[in-house]
Amino acid sequence: MSDAAVHTGAHGHAHHPALQHHFDTMQQQKEAGVLGMWLFLLTEILFFGGLFMAYTLYRIWYYDAFVAGSLELDLFWGTLNTAVLIGSSLTMALAVRAAQTSNRNLTMAMIIATMVLGTVFLGVKVIEYEHKFAVGLIPGPGFVWHGNEALGRNVQLFFSLYFTMTGLHALHMIIGLGIMTVILWMTWKGRFDAEYYAPVEMTGLYWHFVDIVWIYLFPLLYLVERHN
Amino acid sequence: MLDTLKLPERHYLNNGHGLKSWLLTKDHKRIAILYLISISAFFFLGGLFAVGIRLELTTPQGDFFQPDTYNKMFTLHGVIMVFFFLIPSIPAVLGNFLIPPMIGAKDLAFPRINLLSWYIYVLGGLFALFAILVGGVDTGWTFYTPYSSAASNTNVIPTALGVFIAGFSSILTGLNFIVTIHRMRAPGMTWFKLPLFVWAHYATSLIQVLGTPVVAITIIMVFVERAFGFGIFDPQRGGDPVLFQHLFWFYSHPAVYIMILPAMGVISELISTFSRKKVFGYSFVAFSSLAIAVFGFIVWAHHMFVAGISVYAAMVFSFLSFSVAIPSAVKTFNWTATLYKGSLTFEAPMLYVYGFLGLFLVGGLTGLFLATLGVDVHVHDTYFVVAHFHYIMVGGAIMGYLGGLHFWWPKIVGRMYSEFLSRISAILVFVGFNLTFFPQFVLGYMGMPRRYHMYPDEFQVLNVMSSAGAAVLGLGYLLPVIYFLWSLKHGEVAGPNPWGASGLEWRTASPPPTENFAEVPTDIPEAYEYTPHVVREAKLV
Ligand SMILES: [Cu+2]
Repeated sequence: MSDAAVHTGAHGHAHHPALQHHFDTMQQQKEAGVLGMWLFLLTEILFFGGLFMAYTLYRIWYYDAFVAGSLELDLFWGTLNTAVLIGSSLTMALAVRAAQTSNRNLTMAMIIATMVLGTVFLGVKVIEYEHKFAVGLIPGPGFVWHGNEALGRNVQLFFSLYFTMTGLHALHMIIGLGIMTVILWMTWKGRFDAEYYAPVEMTGLYWHFVDIVWIYLFPLLYLVERHN
Repeated sequence: MLDTLKLPERHYLNNGHGLKSWLLTKDHKRIAILYLISISAFFFLGGLFAVGIRLELTTPQGDFFQPDTYNKMFTLHGVIMVFFFLIPSIPAVLGNFLIPPMIGAKDLAFPRINLLSWYIYVLGGLFALFAILVGGVDTGWTFYTPYSSAASNTNVIPTALGVFIAGFSSILTGLNFIVTIHRMRAPGMTWFKLPLFVWAHYATSLIQVLGTPVVAITIIMVFVERAFGFGIFDPQRGGDPVLFQHLFWFYSHPAVYIMILPAMGVISELISTFSRKKVFGYSFVAFSSLAIAVFGFIVWAHHMFVAGISVYAAMVFSFLSFSVAIPSAVKTFNWTATLYKGSLTFEAPMLYVYGFLGLFLVGGLTGLFLATLGVDVHVHDTYFVVAHFHYIMVGGAIMGYLGGLHFWWPKIVGRMYSEFLSRISAILVFVGFNLTFFPQFVLGYMGMPRRYHMYPDEFQVLNVMSSAGAAVLGLGYLLPVIYFLWSLKHGEVAGPNPWGASGLEWRTASPPPTENFAEVPTDIPEAYEYTPHVVREAKLV
């Protein structure tokens, strides 16, 4: 870590309106924000990490049941959603770039595009969940399993993890859409410029993180043994 | 000289009046006060449950409470004390108040997040209070599955959600501290000039940021199992209850260091001030904090030696648990060396330091007994364990918290409390504590299990001793409430630096102005520059 505590006596000249009183420079404020955001993402990794741990353990123990459960998932929707999310990461990155170059209209267009793609993802998720409901693959007392009876209990465990993991992921996306609504409004109000666009960048980091979680969830849940 | 001291005209306490100026404040010092008030309330609530436990255990029969009620009492005592008092205590109150002035900053990096963390804490607390009001919870503070997720018919969900929510307040505090320590230091405040209090909080924050999310997701998994009937930990549904224990202790063992590391930071500050010496081996003490944070993450399974983990895993975890003793011993030896040939005095804060050193030593060494596989099998889930962790969490963490509170109280409110009463209270706490918990080591060794409301007759004498000690301890905890409140109006004006201490926080007024320093200091000295044998202000020696 750099030892330079970044106070450079910036007093005397006019401050950027977004500079908070306890920071000396925009640079210091931005660095603090970025470091804070990365730390937050670190907590998110550990948060999902507990679930990945549980997934790993049970997949090793109950591999056949996980294969059977995975085959119940619809590969078409899963693949489509992966593409949609990767696309939304691109539009998000473009939004950050546009904010950085003070291009307000492009920033707004790209944020809206990201939000549309995010909503498409959630819509697809609703279709998938609905189907699981219809065929009784919801873990709990009402769970119905028509396949190999010996695997039933552990297929249920697979679906417990499936719903917990994708549910929490979807919740993160909904929160992301909420944040983007605020950022969109702030952009429209002209709050950002080349010197101050940190909120857009932070939102971007968050969104990319949520995408990356899906990049792991997709193969782990949908592709357990698709080669045969 | 003392009667010429006056409170500063303008300070953080009179900068804005009325409830709104407090509830919407972004000043880290005011937020620290908000935390102080709320965690004190939870401390006494948790203490109330302890009173119930000790009352019941004065006799071998169950005569005051039904067994179910007793189960709820020890559960709520644990849940409240751990998650709503000990975890936030020193960081959220003293750390919040002191880190910015100690490093020469105007505030924490994220003042709004700091306030948000308090609201999150309060929300979590309300969930816990709700759970108590609608009938309590009986799983033990550890929420072991499948009892918590499938069997218990008490209010597991609101309690666990309360813990989950309060966890985010802890994460945000830690995150804020890390960024602040990296990015907000005054020019010239290099890493190795930082007070050891700040180093300790840096290490603590790492644990808060890395550990808390794991217990959060674990609670979510218990939640979906209990609320929706998903199967994750319940063996009847294919789950593994031992996985819960792994995940739970992955956070909850390091959580002990969230409690004790800040207390160690406090001790370093106090011990140098009251022995008028530089802390011996500064960088060793600083790095031992980081070492404890790192080692703390790889020892969790020592809670599970009899839970059916493999013998080889147990051996490794036993060995690793022993290794935590190394950085802890580094600290203890360095503190002792600091005392050596120091100009020692016996003000109330320093009495807490002496108490801490003795109690932490006992607590730490009995931890080694428990990390030893054979001994652990014998004393697992007995009062020996209860005594051990109370020596660390109460004898260590609360002694540090109270010592720190007494030390910085004049900085926080600008006035002194009664020197006489505060010494009495420190002695009561020390005596009461030992009387309460030392007999429990013996009880545990003799085989009295924890979490039962009845016991064989031969354990009664020691249990009565323990209950009597608890009464003394309670008195020691109540006294400060009285003289601290008294000091707010009637205490003598303290002046900027009543102890002649060396940290930056003593170079500003007491209470400090909202922006901490009228002029941010530019000449940052080495930490703990003391000359021995300073003449003290007459009344304080
Ligand atoms: Cu432990």
